[in-house]
Amino acid sequence: MSANSEHGTMTLKLIVWRQKGPNEPGRFETYLAKGITEHHSFLEMLDVVNQDLIKEGKEPIVFDHDCREGICGTCSQVINGLPHGGQVRTTVCQLHMRKFKDGDTIYIEPWKAKAFPVLKDLMVDRGALDKVIQAGGYTSARTGAAPDGNSILISKESADYAMDAAECIGCGACVAACPNGAAMLFTGAKVSQLAALPQGKVEAAERVNSMLNAMKECGFGNCTNHFECQAACPKGIDVKFIARLNREYLKALVF
Amino acid sequence: MSLLTSSVGRKVLMAVSGFFLLMFIVAHLAGNSTIFIGSDWLNAYAEHLHELGPFVWVFRAFMLAMLLIHILFGVILTLENWGANPGKYAVTKRLKVTFSSRTMIWTGLLLLSFIVYHLLQFTFRVTPEIVLAADEVGRFDVFTMVVSSLRIVAIAAIYIFAMVVLFLHTRHGIQSFLQTLGLSNDNLQPKYALAGKLISAVFLVGFGAIPVLIFTGILVK
Ligand code: HEM
Ligand code: SF4
Ligand code: FES
Repeated sequence: MSANSEHGTMTLKLIVWRQKGPNEPGRFETYLAKGITEHHSFLEMLDVVNQDLIKEGKEPIVFDHDCREGICGTCSQVINGLPHGGQVRTTVCQLHMRKFKDGDTIYIEPWKAKAFPVLKDLMVDRGALDKVIQAGGYTSARTGAAPDGNSILISKESADYAMDAAECIGCGACVAACPNGAAMLFTGAKVSQLAALPQGKVEAAERVNSMLNAMKECGFGNCTNHFECQAACPKGIDVKFIARLNREYLKALVF
Repeated sequence: MSLLTSSVGRKVLMAVSGFFLLMFIVAHLAGNSTIFIGSDWLNAYAEHLHELGPFVWVFRAFMLAMLLIHILFGVILTLENWGANPGKYAVTKRLKVTFSSRTMIWTGLLLLSFIVYHLLQFTFRVTPEIVLAADEVGRFDVFTMVVSSLRIVAIAAIYIFAMVVLFLHTRHGIQSFLQTLGLSNDNLQPKYALAGKLISAVFLVGFGAIPVLIFTGILVK
């Protein structure tokens, strides 16, 4: 047992992707994360490392984060080969250091996909997901007085199904995990969520086609049904929503 | 036409053509199985097929079209997918990807070369070792042709290897085409995956038994 673990802290070896800008070459740098306790979240561990880097006069590691409570979908790191670190239904910000041991070596990389260019270090530009949403991830409604409650009835089943699809936080882990750099789980979730509800049915056919076009224009790949996305998704979005997207596409084609 | 250009449209074409290729394999296995009953059955089956005349050619043209569509979009989709993924992570870990799902383009291209070889051998009958003869009742002797070729170790090995490749391709392909055509959900998906493995195993054992039994001298008449 090392001296550190007696005091309840860990020292970890981090191998981190550093890249100055979008078109700069990047490389791995090795850092020691010292004084880490099991209560630190993964991002707090990086905060500690960054404090040390700043004190040494070095540039801190840039990474994306916002809510730090698993709901915004901003944090995005591939840890030891798995987006969000591979703990079931957990975002990086909710991953805790008790999942690691003193002396562990941890590889930290940015999302890798043609559609997600690296901005700096671990931060990528996920604007492509916004473009896919802008293409059809909405319903058009006239504004005016609030509609009467229960004027549009929705079955519990449809409501639950739509809620399951709506759990997607747009983090992009599905794309990062996909060997084809495809965004079908993300897009499938939105297409399914809206197609399941009466308000969304109206534009269902246009929606699926324009979201698919946007996906292609953004440089996402094609699904080959590996289902790696579902395993990586911190919200447990199911590939049944990809099947639904395919169904919505066929419906739009035939009718 | 969004079928030809959109990502899901192209996948649907792959799935439909893949489905017809699968149906062909099922029919082909059923036909070939006459060899297990005896040489007489196999030769009679082949004779009946040829009696269908022009229908045989319509059918062959259809299968060729399916194969070409499948190959064309298989290659396009794969190249696009390679382009969409800028490279591997330093540490690669896969949770769901299988050897079979990862190698579809390679097992596909191997199948293509096998199909070409197989047609040259038993359909066009131009490979050097081929034995062309008539059986006792004057029909073309398919049985003797097949047996004399598959007694050669290299040829038996090619056939067995090709059936392993087919196993790998359909193991992923069966569940994949059902998902692509939107026929899947969270309840059905694992069942499709299991069915895909079982059906692929039937292909492997059913087709694979022919070269194995011939080469080992168990199937002689
Ligand atoms: C005996 C012949 C073949 C059969 C029975 C077959 C069957 C299938 C099936 C059922 C699929 C799944 C379709 C989908 O989900 O969209 C598939 C996918 C695929 N096939 Fe074939 N195939 C055959 C030959 C070939 C050939 C010659 C190629 C060569 C290029 C090929 C390349 C591919 C590729 C790249 C995929 C895509 C992987 C995926 O989306 O899962 N296949 N095949
Ligand atoms: S489907 Fe899951 S992995 Fe993909 S963006 Fe949504 S929450 Fe993230
Ligand atoms: S920072 Fe918001 S989900 Fe992780």
